Amino acid sequence: MSSSERLDLTFAALADPTRRAILARLARGEATVTELAEPFELSQPAISKHLKVLERAGLVSMGVDAQRRPRKLEPKRLEEAVDWIDRYRDIFEQSYQRLDALLEELQATPPRRRRTRR
Amino acid sequence: MPRPAEVTLPSDRAVRVTRTFDAPRQLVWDAHTRPELVRRWQGYDGWDMPVCDMDVRVGGTYRWQWRNREDGKGFGFFGTFIEVDSPSKIVHEQYFDPGDFGGDMPAGDPCVVSVELSEKNGVTTLVCNLTFASKEAREAAVSTGMTDGMEHSYVRLDGMLSAAA
Repeated sequence: MSSSERLDLTFAALADPTRRAILARLARGEATVTELAEPFELSQPAISKHLKVLERAGLVSMGVDAQRRPRKLEPKRLEEAVDWIDRYRDIFEQSYQRLDALLEELQATPPRRRRTRR
Repeated sequence: MPRPAEVTLPSDRAVRVTRTFDAPRQLVWDAHTRPELVRRWQGYDGWDMPVCDMDVRVGGTYRWQWRNREDGKGFGFFGTFIEVDSPSKIVHEQYFDPGDFGGDMPAGDPCVVSVELSEKNGVTTLVCNLTFASKEAREAAVSTGMTDGMEHSYVRLDGMLSAAA
């Protein structure tokens, strides 16, 4: 799988609010399907379906306890996705921080010296 | 102090950037449409913008070029304005000009860049929508060498998860 395809899977998995909530729960520690189903008021099959999407995207994996079969967060893939978003943000922020300074300067300039096109 | 830009992905070939500015909309508009102002902020750390030609009207063209202060290499963008609605919306088609810096936008051109401005209580909200020709082009836009030296490695994992909770 290319990194582009992997990102697609990750972002598609993250596009759903329930799945993001499941990840937020798993960020606090491992949890079984039953434990996950409880706070979300969802059926276990519904949770399992979401977990399957998260597992396919590499965001969640099975913990070591074979009996309880807890799920755990795989932070690496999530970091990749956040990192990608951060790059975009940083590219824009470089310019926007300069724009902040320019706008401040323009507002400090007496209005008559400012040409404004209408 | 304005908060950092918020980046979302409305579709698999789009990026939306939202940012507020402590200034009236007309000024933010001017800063986007008057070349002598544009060249003072638009670009990248360590790069100058020697070429900033803009004919801001529907069908008018523009050309932006940056030059690296260290090695003198350049690249840019050029294109055509397809919607100009002062002072609230400007849309242009953007083509990548690799110059002598290199890099490419595979299957990529043009990217449609839309900037919308709205003002409330003296604060202007800017929403920039970039719609790439393909998701590969969206990838390429951040993975060119341009971004290699940037420090972006800190991860806002906790913030993202607490926002999602």
